[in-house]
Amino acid sequence: MAGAFWEKVYEPLIRRSAGLGRAADTADPDHYEKTNAFCDVLVIGGGAAGLSAALAAGRAGARVILCDEDFRLGGRLLAERDEIDGQPALDWLKAAEAELMSLPDCRILRRTTVFGVYDGGTYAAIERVNDHVPVPPEHAPRQRLWRIVAKQSVVCAGAIERPLLFGDNDRPGVMLAGAVRSYVNRYGAAPGRHAVVFADNDAAFRTATDLADAGIAVNALIDARRDPSPAAQAAAESARAPYFSGAAVTSVRGALGIKSVLITDMNGQNQQFDCDVLAMSGGWSPTLNLTTHLGGKPAWDNGLSALVPGDLPPGMSVAGAAAGKFSLDACLASGEGAGAEAARNCGYSPSAPARPVAKEEAATPASPLWQVEKSRGKAFVDFQNDVTVSDVKLATREGFRVPEHVKRYTTLGMATDQGKTSNLNGAAVIAGLTGRYIGAVGTTTFRPPYTPVAIAALVGHHRGPDFRPTRLTPSHAFAKERNAVFVEAGAWLRALYFPQAGEAPQDTVNREVATVRSKVGVCDVSTLGKIDVQGTDAGTFLDRVYANTFSTLAVGKARYGMMLREDGFAMDDGTTARLAEDHYFMTTTTANAVKVMQHLEFCQQVLWPELDVQTVSATEQWAQYAVAGPKAREVIAALLDSGQDISNEAFPYMAAGSFTVCGGTKARLYRLSFSGELAYEIGVPARFGDALIRAIIEAGAPHGIVPYGTEALGVMRIEKGHAAGPEVSGQTTAHDLGLGKMVSKKKDFIGRFMGERPALTEIERASMVGLRPVDKDTRIRAGAHLVPKDADATASNDQAMSPPWPTRRSSEAGSRWRCSPAGRSATAK
Amino acid sequence: MEEFTYRGDATVTRPESLDASATDAWVDYVYLRDNPAGPHKEHWHHSAGCHAWLVVTRDTRTHEILAVEFAREGS
Repeated sequence: MAGAFWEKVYEPLIRRSAGLGRAADTADPDHYEKTNAFCDVLVIGGGAAGLSAALAAGRAGARVILCDEDFRLGGRLLAERDEIDGQPALDWLKAAEAELMSLPDCRILRRTTVFGVYDGGTYAAIERVNDHVPVPPEHAPRQRLWRIVAKQSVVCAGAIERPLLFGDNDRPGVMLAGAVRSYVNRYGAAPGRHAVVFADNDAAFRTATDLADAGIAVNALIDARRDPSPAAQAAAESARAPYFSGAAVTSVRGALGIKSVLITDMNGQNQQFDCDVLAMSGGWSPTLNLTTHLGGKPAWDNGLSALVPGDLPPGMSVAGAAAGKFSLDACLASGEGAGAEAARNCGYSPSAPARPVAKEEAATPASPLWQVEKSRGKAFVDFQNDVTVSDVKLATREGFRVPEHVKRYTTLGMATDQGKTSNLNGAAVIAGLTGRYIGAVGTTTFRPPYTPVAIAALVGHHRGPDFRPTRLTPSHAFAKERNAVFVEAGAWLRALYFPQAGEAPQDTVNREVATVRSKVGVCDVSTLGKIDVQGTDAGTFLDRVYANTFSTLAVGKARYGMMLREDGFAMDDGTTARLAEDHYFMTTTTANAVKVMQHLEFCQQVLWPELDVQTVSATEQWAQYAVAGPKAREVIAALLDSGQDISNEAFPYMAAGSFTVCGGTKARLYRLSFSGELAYEIGVPARFGDALIRAIIEAGAPHGIVPYGTEALGVMRIEKGHAAGPEVSGQTTAHDLGLGKMVSKKKDFIGRFMGERPALTEIERASMVGLRPVDKDTRIRAGAHLVPKDADATASNDQAMSPPWPTRRSSEAGSRWRCSPAGRSATAK
Repeated sequence: MEEFTYRGDATVTRPESLDASATDAWVDYVYLRDNPAGPHKEHWHHSAGCHAWLVVTRDTRTHEILAVEFAREGS
């Protein structure tokens, strides 16, 4: 009951009040796509520094990609009233953008955030192509994932302003000073009617000037620094507002929106100022996240009171505010320098810069306040996860002194913004509480992605059936015409069975099996891996990769082979035919085709490069069909061009050879049986696969031929006692599968030595057995348990794998090696 | 699908002896691997390309690729 109450009442209540939202329960309706790009210089961020860097690199002839997360280039230039070369900065911005667009090899990606840095100069970026429209145009993606490989990158990601920590700093109307300037200067929107500015740095007091010029009353400038700042005083004069240094906002009035603030000046006197907007600023933190994605640690810069980039990934440089260069002139200069240097590192020769100049403001050093010690109300550190100064205090009282630990105790910095505004403030509070220097407290590790990225964007078009390519067999069209039910076998679609009208699946399979046993059937086995092995040492090579011997195989014969892994367990099986003295044709299971090919290449190139042997995958070159049943010879004979003999004498069991069929088409014929019936496998070049299956059906019609699927194939191989995928599970040995006699004692081969370990050969190991049902009407299902007759159906009576099974034997034998009789019950039929 | 497939340590050598005294060497070869911090030789397969096995020298601390040779010619 308590559980239900929790699930039905408390948890929904808590989730709702925490604003956790609901997970979507429908598939993402939008399209996403992925693309790749290459460049010499990737410039990350399109503000003053980034534009300068892109121009410097692009003018030198470098291939440049410039990414900016905004829909407009310019960064803070858009939100400030700066001048460059004595002209409004926006004029320079316009010219710079036009010049970049005129460069032949400069690509500008707007609405694009570079969110991750990876090995080898690889960068991931997300382009929000259509997030700004309600419904993306038809066939247009919502977002596009970029994988950009760049020789050099210049991070000009700017900086993020920090809030100040004082009581009720989350009241509507309290906002960052930079945001207030964006409203006023960029969007021409008034954030309020009368404002107060509270900050500890000169840049923020420009807000007062901008507000006053826009006609918004400024009621007070509160400077946390003890010594008055000339720049801030000038701003106060222009806004005709009182200026207080060494003061702080200690109380915010107004429940639903700010109405006034109470300030405490340096003499401890309180004063109240009406306002409906409070612009605050605790300084700026360089956006250095990308510099740390490969393990670099940021460094604490005491002069700037900020973390700045430390060791950089290869090929990366940082410019502008991201490097702690906060003035506009420093942004322009460092961007220009980094862009030119990046181009130089790519082999270009940038000309001597004629860079634009901005007026350098004489600034009073920022002296971070971090937090107002005595103020009323909750002082939020992490606005997204509702973590307050008192939460951090509690954490330190509980003994958490490291940011990583405080983070996990309080969830500080764990919201989707990943602490972009709160991490450093949190570290400052911890430093104050634990009596340490903030640089010694450290910070948490920034990891990709820099910004939240939809899983769908990472997936792109690889969804549902498009998750990977679907491979179709040569007889696919034929099988579809015959209403085949298909099954996925790896990447392949294979016919599972061919139902006739009104037939239940089990009846279909029974009919297909019965027809093969009594007449003849045909099954597409083209999905088996086929590997051509040629060379004078081909026989020696196969002796070393198979547990049994192939060098003694006569030309024109095929042999079943078992391949082991080097640890002695069975890896794969199949038949390999010798077509000529130095030419073998190997088949593998469908599932392991790629793995075996890679394994053979490893053996050939790494283990025994001295052998004269070459291997190549021919899986897709040959269409291959098994024709099985008492009438199989008649069907094959009808296909062969005249004068070719496949009588039992001329073409006995396990024979292999080249023939021509259907009027000169080359074909390979193998007399193999997976079903126990008289059977052939016939292969033709894949382009004739569709024609051949139709020719087989036509030739077999007088004998009542049916196509059969993998289900009937499985039934017949079980009846025959052939091991297959469920038994060759990676946990069984050749001995377990009843194939111990095949394993050669005369030669070295992959898996020979380890396969002879006592635990892998001991008699008590599980072994594959066949089951013959007494009661033929009761179906034995895959995974069924076997218990002795009349015994209780308990785990201890289970004859196959169940929890107590390995323990009993292991404790007796003291064996370290365990095995699993996988498929024992699956084999039963 | 990625262009290369990683296999692992390229410094181990397959023992030639099938004698019982070679057990330790075989266990070493099949199961035991060093985990060095620094340059390390590894086998990579150019599986979506030319199918060559490569010996890649990679710094395990930085993932920097220091050298690439064909395995066929390497040893």
